[in-house]
Amino acid sequence: MALVSVKDLHKSFGELEVLKGIDLEIEAGEVVSIIGRSGSGKSTLLRCLNQLERHDWGTIHLADQRLDGGAMSPGELSQNVGMVFQSFNLFPHKTVIENVMLAPLVVKQTPRDEARRIAEQVLDKVGMLEKIDAYPAQLSGGQQQRVAIARALAMNPKVLLCDEVTSALDPELVGEVLRVLEDLAREGMTLILVTHEMKFARDVSHRVVFMHQGRIHESGDPQTLFTRPETPELSQFIASVL
Amino acid sequence: MTDFTLWDIVRNLLLAGRWTVVLSLIAFTGGAIVGLLLTLLRMGGLTPIRWLIRLYVDVFQGTPLLMQLFLAYFGAAVLGFDVSAWTAASVALTLFTSAFLCDIWRGCVEAVPSGQWQASRVLGLNYLQSMRHVILPQALRLAVPPTVGFSVQVIKGTALASVIGFVELTKAGTMLNNAAFAPFTIFALVALGYFILCYPLSRYARHLEKKLYGAGIR
Repeated sequence: MALVSVKDLHKSFGELEVLKGIDLEIEAGEVVSIIGRSGSGKSTLLRCLNQLERHDWGTIHLADQRLDGGAMSPGELSQNVGMVFQSFNLFPHKTVIENVMLAPLVVKQTPRDEARRIAEQVLDKVGMLEKIDAYPAQLSGGQQQRVAIARALAMNPKVLLCDEVTSALDPELVGEVLRVLEDLAREGMTLILVTHEMKFARDVSHRVVFMHQGRIHESGDPQTLFTRPETPELSQFIASVL
Repeated sequence: MTDFTLWDIVRNLLLAGRWTVVLSLIAFTGGAIVGLLLTLLRMGGLTPIRWLIRLYVDVFQGTPLLMQLFLAYFGAAVLGFDVSAWTAASVALTLFTSAFLCDIWRGCVEAVPSGQWQASRVLGLNYLQSMRHVILPQALRLAVPPTVGFSVQVIKGTALASVIGFVELTKAGTMLNNAAFAPFTIFALVALGYFILCYPLSRYARHLEKKLYGAGIR
């Protein structure tokens, strides 16, 4: 049984149909990269997976539990699906450790000692333990993004969604964030990434999904997909980004 | 006719100046409480409530404070309420202040980037939890400089209460002038009084603004 299963997902913004029927199954421990041109619907698909966007039609299941249509409260959702944003979105008025502890304290009602222990553990995992009392503005982009990953991990989600998490970073800072994601992948975390990092998509993901005009146009293992694309749209896309 | 020494004038103005300060404090405190209530209702409330609050804000922002004072004082009398100049001035200035603060504060809440809402939503916080832990602390920091800046407008606004017979700094100046006929001295002193009250606040607001943007909260 797939961990995430999406069936016939449709989403329109006004007249514009952004998702035209998405079917997608993702196994536990799988790393899936979603690629495609801007406007192809890949970010919208990701945002439907944690209900930041409400889709118009179709269903999303997590294990055997319905996730969409208000079946899960935001609190439940956050313990199943974590998300990291392109622009980090750390809370600027809180220190690193307060950022990470907030959701466990407020949403899960974890005791403070326990929340702190969890926070230190996830911050250690992303290599940010020594910056625990810094404010986000004092950190580099790469460091902020690693804290954002730790903040999502603190809720112990089953799936981590990454929405172009390296796109806002200076080139020399991309590596440190990708290394953290690689570590997570190796530990068996289920990752769904919308990404422009083709090298990362090829080297780390188990499967690459190419979206085009609101549909999954082509998908498969990265080696095959990048070396022998079946459709002209994908060959063109690969040529334009590599 | 008695002779007024400069000290007589200053002393009388200082005594009346107390009431300018007290009325400003009442207006600002009352306005802040009502304004906060309106802001929260406007952010979270149902559409008709939001619409009513917007109308309220528009009416008080779109009419002169002087008319609001007249209505509170003479209008209430016409309706059969016997209100003192104190009450009328306090009520009118409180409502006036609340309308402006409501608008300033709404702007501050909306100025918190939408990514902050999304991040707290994704972490599982509900509307009230997001407001309390994420949005309001940031909005508050944004709100302090314009709020302190607006308090200057409130202080100067109290001068209008003189027209309904409330004896504060301006009214005292007018009365002294009727007796002493030294308009230049007296009104220069009145102006100086307002300046002494307002200038530190303006400076403080500017300082806060610099501190806020200097810290680079975004």
